[in-house]
Amino acid sequence: MHIVVPVKLVPDLVEELVIDPSGTALDPDTVRLQLNEFDGHAIEQAILLKERGGGHVTVLAPDLEGVDDVLYTAAAKGADRLIKLCDSFGQAVNNHAMARAVAEVIKPLQPDLVLTGVQSHSDLDGSMGPLLAGYLGLPYVGYVAGVTIGAGHATVRKEYPGGLAAELDVVLPAVLGIQAADQPPRYVAFSRIRQAMKTATIEEQTVAMLDTGGGPAVARMYKPEVAARATMLDGKPDEVADKLVALFREMGVL
Amino acid sequence: MMATVPQSSATFSKSFYASLHEISGGEKVRTCLQCGTCNGVCPFGYLMDYPPGKMIAALRAQRFERVTEADTVWMCVSCYACSQVCPVRIPLTAGLMTRAKEELLLAGNIPSELQIALENTQRYGNPLGESPRKRADWAKGVKPRVPIMSEERRPVDVLWFVGDYGSYHPRVQPVSRALANVFNALHVDFGILGAEEVSDGDSQRLAGERGLFEMLAAKNGRALSQYEFKEIVTGDPHAYNAFKNEYPRLGISYPVRHYTEFLAERLDALKPLLKHEVNARVTYHDPCYLGRANGVFEAPRQLLSAIPGVELVEMPHNRTTSLCCGGGGGGMWMDGFQWEKAHIRLSEWRVREAMKVGADILAVACPYEAPRFEDATKTVPGAGRLIVRDIAELLAEAMGD
Repeated sequence: MHIVVPVKLVPDLVEELVIDPSGTALDPDTVRLQLNEFDGHAIEQAILLKERGGGHVTVLAPDLEGVDDVLYTAAAKGADRLIKLCDSFGQAVNNHAMARAVAEVIKPLQPDLVLTGVQSHSDLDGSMGPLLAGYLGLPYVGYVAGVTIGAGHATVRKEYPGGLAAELDVVLPAVLGIQAADQPPRYVAFSRIRQAMKTATIEEQTVAMLDTGGGPAVARMYKPEVAARATMLDGKPDEVADKLVALFREMGVL
Repeated sequence: MMATVPQSSATFSKSFYASLHEISGGEKVRTCLQCGTCNGVCPFGYLMDYPPGKMIAALRAQRFERVTEADTVWMCVSCYACSQVCPVRIPLTAGLMTRAKEELLLAGNIPSELQIALENTQRYGNPLGESPRKRADWAKGVKPRVPIMSEERRPVDVLWFVGDYGSYHPRVQPVSRALANVFNALHVDFGILGAEEVSDGDSQRLAGERGLFEMLAAKNGRALSQYEFKEIVTGDPHAYNAFKNEYPRLGISYPVRHYTEFLAERLDALKPLLKHEVNARVTYHDPCYLGRANGVFEAPRQLLSAIPGVELVEMPHNRTTSLCCGGGGGGMWMDGFQWEKAHIRLSEWRVREAMKVGADILAVACPYEAPRFEDATKTVPGAGRLIVRDIAELLAEAMGD
């Protein structure tokens, strides 16, 4: 079982977000990147599958600030192969471009399973999983929270809105969008990460031209602006309730 | 893949037992009498599967793997109560319990709340998960302004290590501002590291994360080595413990004092500034890492007694028998876990004691305590009138701040 996990690095929202002078992107000098949370679950799911049934886990990440820490941490958790995708991954890179580039790297690896985080907060042009599945010509199931490997297929638990879940069989190889791993991502002691920094190797692969075609062009990026659209109802609770009912009637809700 | 190599029970017990000998005084574990005093004095000993004495018994029976399978070792708040009462002075807190937590952590047996705090520390350099760039934001508005070493580029007398909670916690930031005002009033020549400071890491170390502690120590060591100062002063007893007892072993050696020691030495200059009466019955809570672990008992009391109007009263548990607030050894980040196991809060026990001696104010000297005890005053019936104040806040108040 060869599992490939392509991950995204996304802006860390703990740090202040600054828009760069172009007004269409974040300022690259102040943004701090981190592993997309759902991709952390995809890595965990891959390692859980390896621990249960054996296998080989490859983690791919674009060469951006903090990428080495992300890859070495994955190695400390149990990933076998680390690949850094080298090119000028500027702010302009969208998921279409990433998916095309990643697909070219993944094809020769001939994986049985590709696990991606189901979404990320920096997705502007759809999530990575379906795009990647499209370029690889593989089936895709998203919103997956639970994976069991069978003979030539995987049984996955897919979550739907409204508290519904379904079990689906998907023929391998396939791409899955992981919503949550079977278990929360594990903690890895810092001594293990340091050990991985000494023993694991990060391979570098140069990707061909990044083609952003198919994604939207950002016309303007801005922080939420304050607008006075809310009306505050004053008075005693009974009065407020009456006003509210009157308003609902007026709007045709009641 | 670097998982723990499965070891036979006997081998694991033996290698763990041997590792205890590497700690200062660790060989004394051989002299354990199995008197059980440690188990009895431990604030959570009654619900631990393996309180210290029983853990030693499990080691001797070569059944240590059972210790790492249980999760109640995480109830240890590293308060030094067991180490204090051990008749043969076995380093139970610094050695046995901390080493056991290291093994639990490596085995992946770790409460999720603790995991979050440790991951935050790895990424942001503080367990609260706050932006490292905002570490000095608490000092905005303090006048004269708080000097940041990277901007000052001049030698100072005192390098003030502010610590995580003093830098970020909304209840403790005012304590830092109060201390800055006291320093300014005394014309102390001081500076802080600001964004170059990271967590001292001591509580992470006591929660089993030695590697993370060493990484943090190296970062602080590098930051400190750029500047000239005569001593480090800190408001955080955990940072104090790290600088005094742990960093020197990693080659980071500076004289360090808790701010209460630093100010007690300046009582003559301080006293004339304390013009406003604080008419209150005040009781003082000895923080584990200032008191029991490091023997500083009198300086905080001297400062409180110097405040006009203060009547200082002692709680039954004081000095070496002080009660833990529940925040040590990673407890600060495991409130939910502790509650799930114990259905009590150690901080409530302390607040009830303060009420019993008729205190109006519970005075503290550790950044974990103001938030913990203040929370407890909200849940202990009738404790709403008890005021929790750091000594620095009381001094600033007496100065008319």
